[in-house]
Amino acid sequence: MVTTEKNLIIETKNVSVFYGDTPAVSGISLGIEREKITALIGPSGCGKTTLLRSFNRMNDLIPIARTSGEILFEGHNIYAENVDPTEIRYRIGMVFQRPNPFPKSIYDNIAFGPRINGFSGNMDELVEKSLIGAALWDEVKDRLRTSGLELSGGQQQRLCIARTLAVEPTVILMDEPCSALDPIATLAIEELMRDLSKQYSIVIVTHNMQQAARVSDYTAFITQDERRIGELVEYDDTRQIFTNPTDERTEAYITGRFG
Amino acid sequence: MALITEVAFHAHMRKRKIRGYVFYALCLTAVALGLVMLAALLYNVLSEGLSRLSWDFITNFPSRFPERAGIHAAILGSIYVVSIAGLVAFSLGVGAAIYLEEYAQKGTFASFIQLNIANLAGVPSIVYGILGLEIFVRIMELGKSVIAGGLTLALLVLPIVIIASQEAIRAVPPSLKEGGFALGATKWQVVRRLVLPYAFPGILTGAILAVSRAVGETAPLIVMGALTFVPFAPDGPMSRFTVLPIQIFNWVSRPQEGFHVAAAAGIIVLLVVLLTMNAFAVFLRHKFQKGTQW
Repeated sequence: MVTTEKNLIIETKNVSVFYGDTPAVSGISLGIEREKITALIGPSGCGKTTLLRSFNRMNDLIPIARTSGEILFEGHNIYAENVDPTEIRYRIGMVFQRPNPFPKSIYDNIAFGPRINGFSGNMDELVEKSLIGAALWDEVKDRLRTSGLELSGGQQQRLCIARTLAVEPTVILMDEPCSALDPIATLAIEELMRDLSKQYSIVIVTHNMQQAARVSDYTAFITQDERRIGELVEYDDTRQIFTNPTDERTEAYITGRFG
Repeated sequence: MALITEVAFHAHMRKRKIRGYVFYALCLTAVALGLVMLAALLYNVLSEGLSRLSWDFITNFPSRFPERAGIHAAILGSIYVVSIAGLVAFSLGVGAAIYLEEYAQKGTFASFIQLNIANLAGVPSIVYGILGLEIFVRIMELGKSVIAGGLTLALLVLPIVIIASQEAIRAVPPSLKEGGFALGATKWQVVRRLVLPYAFPGILTGAILAVSRAVGETAPLIVMGALTFVPFAPDGPMSRFTVLPIQIFNWVSRPQEGFHVAAAAGIIVLLVVLLTMNAFAVFLRHKFQKGTQW
């Protein structure tokens, strides 16, 4: 198991998320290491996305959702009373399953985050830097004023990543970022993630096990128990999980016997 | 053995296609009927009133003599009253819609309000006239003025604006809002910079409907005390006034043939005012869509 002596950026302690009275995930305790890629894998509906969305308090936007336990970000509980979820989301960015660029120009898509957060520096530079960071600059530098919706699916997803980079978060959460993309676009995003992990801590939800094996440093396997509540089964180095899992459910899942 | 025999499949296919043609013909008839009605109406009004239409007709005040009667006061009255109604209904309506869609807790109270807004949209307009007379004319002592008339019509069209704006706001994809929140936007920033621009064309469509309704209303303004004979131009919000439909109604009810012709000409003016206002709103919508690349 990943131990607490390592350099953790996020640490969850006995986290459960409820929709109404029904828990979606329960009793999750794990640590996300700084500037590494951590993958959350598991069968559909096991609650991995729900868990991911609790890391930047996106679940707060769902009226019936409730979170218990503690999530420490840089050592502070983000669910403490005096914490503003808006600030958490500024520091912990998110890329969604389906590319969701704003119906604005490419430039304005990138500039949106810095603008709303009060950035007053050189916007042109920041836009360029963010697009370079997301490996999109060369493809769009001559048409920054065209709509982000005119890009292909893979480009749109990289635009969404660039948009997230523009506010310089510490952590980037990715919710199945490639599930709507073709294999070539997927490969581009995966390469990009490897690059980004030099500067950013990344947590990715995926139900593509090959993807988890290819890109991640650590892997957490989550599945539903008999009451259909998501629980953490095993969390370790990705290589360990995929070559020598300790739990038989993990082994059954990665060898394709269920899920 | 195939699931459906070749013969039965083709027989059924023929039936399906015939049904398709019948449905197409019915839809076409519906459109044609509507257009024929409109054409007949326009022809009727134009043939009677077009010859009466002149610059004098636009600039003259009403008169006892049909050939000298003009529609100047009513045009200005309509523009003033409807502008006030439009501005007030737009601001209040969009505000209420944003509250109901983005801020209000979903629950019994919200659905109670929702139900009542839908009911208000169905209340006969004359009831709003009585309400306007009581609240604006008497209690608020605005008199039988342009502003009282505008506020009365604003109440009348408010439910239309609210419902149309709510529909438009509800159509904003949740993923768009989440994208904003994930960058650290506050609720206000998401509403202001993502929701409203996306919903704006739909909101404007509601506003167009509302203004069209307000321009044509007669009953509530008569009840609240608009005049029928106004030999002066309204000179401010407290001025007394008349509007085009009242003026037309007044002329139609006179015995002299000359006034009937004037009424037909008045209807043409009313249609032109209506189309101009709508064209302006459509222009705004188009300009807005282009300007922000939505």
